[in-house]
Amino acid sequence: MWSFAHIANELHNWLSNQFNPTWTLIIEMVIAGVAVIGLFAMLGLILVIMERKVSAWMQIRLGPNRVGPKGMLQSLADTLKLLVKEGLTPDGADKLLFNVAPFIAMIVAMLLLAPIAFASNFQLWDLNIGVLYVSAVSSLMVISILMAGWSSNNKYSLMGAMRSGAQIVSYELSAGLSVLAVVVMSGSLQVSDIIESQRNGWWIFKGHIPLIIAFITFIIAVTAETNRAPFDLAEAESELTAGFHTEYSGMKFALFFLAEYVNVFIVCSIGATLFLGGWMPFHIGNWTGFNHAMDYIPSSIWFFGKTFFLIFVIMWFRWTFPRLRIDQLLNLEWKYLLPISMINLLVVTAMAILGWHF
Amino acid sequence: MYRETEIIQDNANGGLNAGDGDLIINVGPQHPATHGVLHLVITLNGETIKKVEPHLGYIHRSIEKMCESLSYRQFIYVTSRMDYLSAHINNHACAMCVEKGLQVEIPPRAQAIRVLMDELTRIASHELWWGAMAMDLGAFTPFFHAFRERETINDIMEETCGARLTMNYMVPGGVMHDLHPNFQRRVKEFLGLYKRKIHEYDELVTGNVIFQSRMKNVGVLSAADAVSYGCSGPTARGSGVSCDIRKLYPYEIYDKVEFDEVLETGGDSFARYMVRIREMQQSIRIVEQLIDNIPEGEFQAKTKAVLKLPKGEFYTRVETARGELGVYIVSEGTTTPYRIKFRSPGFSNLSVLDHIARGSKLGDLVAMMGTLDLVIPDIDR
Repeated sequence: MWSFAHIANELHNWLSNQFNPTWTLIIEMVIAGVAVIGLFAMLGLILVIMERKVSAWMQIRLGPNRVGPKGMLQSLADTLKLLVKEGLTPDGADKLLFNVAPFIAMIVAMLLLAPIAFASNFQLWDLNIGVLYVSAVSSLMVISILMAGWSSNNKYSLMGAMRSGAQIVSYELSAGLSVLAVVVMSGSLQVSDIIESQRNGWWIFKGHIPLIIAFITFIIAVTAETNRAPFDLAEAESELTAGFHTEYSGMKFALFFLAEYVNVFIVCSIGATLFLGGWMPFHIGNWTGFNHAMDYIPSSIWFFGKTFFLIFVIMWFRWTFPRLRIDQLLNLEWKYLLPISMINLLVVTAMAILGWHF
Repeated sequence: MYRETEIIQDNANGGLNAGDGDLIINVGPQHPATHGVLHLVITLNGETIKKVEPHLGYIHRSIEKMCESLSYRQFIYVTSRMDYLSAHINNHACAMCVEKGLQVEIPPRAQAIRVLMDELTRIASHELWWGAMAMDLGAFTPFFHAFRERETINDIMEETCGARLTMNYMVPGGVMHDLHPNFQRRVKEFLGLYKRKIHEYDELVTGNVIFQSRMKNVGVLSAADAVSYGCSGPTARGSGVSCDIRKLYPYEIYDKVEFDEVLETGGDSFARYMVRIREMQQSIRIVEQLIDNIPEGEFQAKTKAVLKLPKGEFYTRVETARGELGVYIVSEGTTTPYRIKFRSPGFSNLSVLDHIARGSKLGDLVAMMGTLDLVIPDIDR
């Protein structure tokens, strides 16, 4: 079996035979770090080309089609261009904060990759408070945006950052509450436990209507949390030119750009893990033959398939909806999403106590 | 009236009446939302707009002065560059003004062609407005859908006039040359395409909840204000002011075709939006009536090679896609005009922006500018 878990185990055994445990650990950590950076870069490239192709498809045009086969190397070419561009720091900017902000955005995105189960038994760090860790670390994102907006010494940047601050802090609440609905159902904060609890059916199917509501709230809230359209008020190019990253150029801009796409990947993978069973294959009750056929599809394909489906949905939002206004955005959260997800959490809790689920 | 005193006070402290904690933002001259080189100085309190001050002149090419040194045949070409989205209609207004001076009757075929071209231009202009306005609101996809139809019209124009944007097709006495043999077939193809695709407009934008909440009760312009600011075109008709020149002062064969003047009473951004959307359908109606009934005959009246207008003053007005365009020629009896003045719709429509934007959010300003349908070269000339 050439699964990710198999490769990881083989590697671990080989390293343990060659080195003492301390060196094994250090080498494994270096490999994991390089893998995360590689994954980070790969995701950026893949998601950018995917977004451009999806938008082209929705906008009845072809999209990039010159660099590489069907334009698939376009984002690589763009990255190279951004690498060699001059990274300007404006005169009036707070130099330290200005230059640190994009790295914080990137580090936050990298940290978030830690507890995600990419395939069965393949996880960087299966900590026992995985879901809490994700909620906690993802809220650090707002710091980098506020830093970028404040230090740029630009009014557009400042307004974008302030909008983004209000938005991320608000939408975190309903994202957190809808995640809690799953946590209450599965009775664990550990990512592997939550996936294991979905062996006999994904939560979106066996959680009745309350978990479907939680799923929808989650998707809306994370779209807002990642500053994607229709909630892209922090950038709002027709109002604020580019919002918080107006003054950034070259690779520093590219880091923000990468972090945004990796964040989209992460929130979608969290959504896929919590509601759509992570790497669990799709099973239907007693259809044994069908279930066996589904089991033959590798777990990593299940995980990435579900995640990319959710990413597609979020891209679909972006290329369909107009942007909300700041007061409408906050009204939507505080007057609609938050009360709904709070009541929903109560219902889910009652269901979990009374055992009203499959 | 309170506004005048405020402006005087503002000028006393350098044109900026910013209080504590107010943020002054320059939107433009280069900004994605202004669609050109318009410069707005916006005083903001948080996200709320306290004042909008338009600064003009970044694309002033002194077209009026240029026209004074060009002959009556030549100056029409320059006017294509004013409101570049309704070049035909600008040319039309100028040609009509010269014809008024020469007292030339233009043949019925030329009249029908002019009206057809005007209405196709109006549809093309509204298509572009629709896409650009949706883009201001953050939706990118409508832009491409609008361009699908608009390109078809541009292709038709290219075939007959030789140009896609600055057509220069209307000349004193009629039109420059006859219609391309493919014209009728391709216009009918366009009508078919438009009817098949128009439902996408409603599904993608008009019926969208976010879009409606962004547009309704935003930028409300009362009928009295619309009149006092001199608004015209869809901007005024959105406030219920009947001002369609094609109906009120019919020119060419507009009194012979059937169409309705589109009026909405809301006065908000959504009303202005609906006026334009419904106006496209009225234009389609006019095109449908005319496309099979273009009279045979001459496409141009006989005029002298060198035109000389008699001494006097001549004024014509037409309804462009943005409102009332007036052309005023003062002639001294020579081959060039003594003075030309254009009354452009965009200038008056822009002046209302400060009035309707005060107290609303920054995001709404963009929506309002979108529904005023500003074309900056038309404002500055």
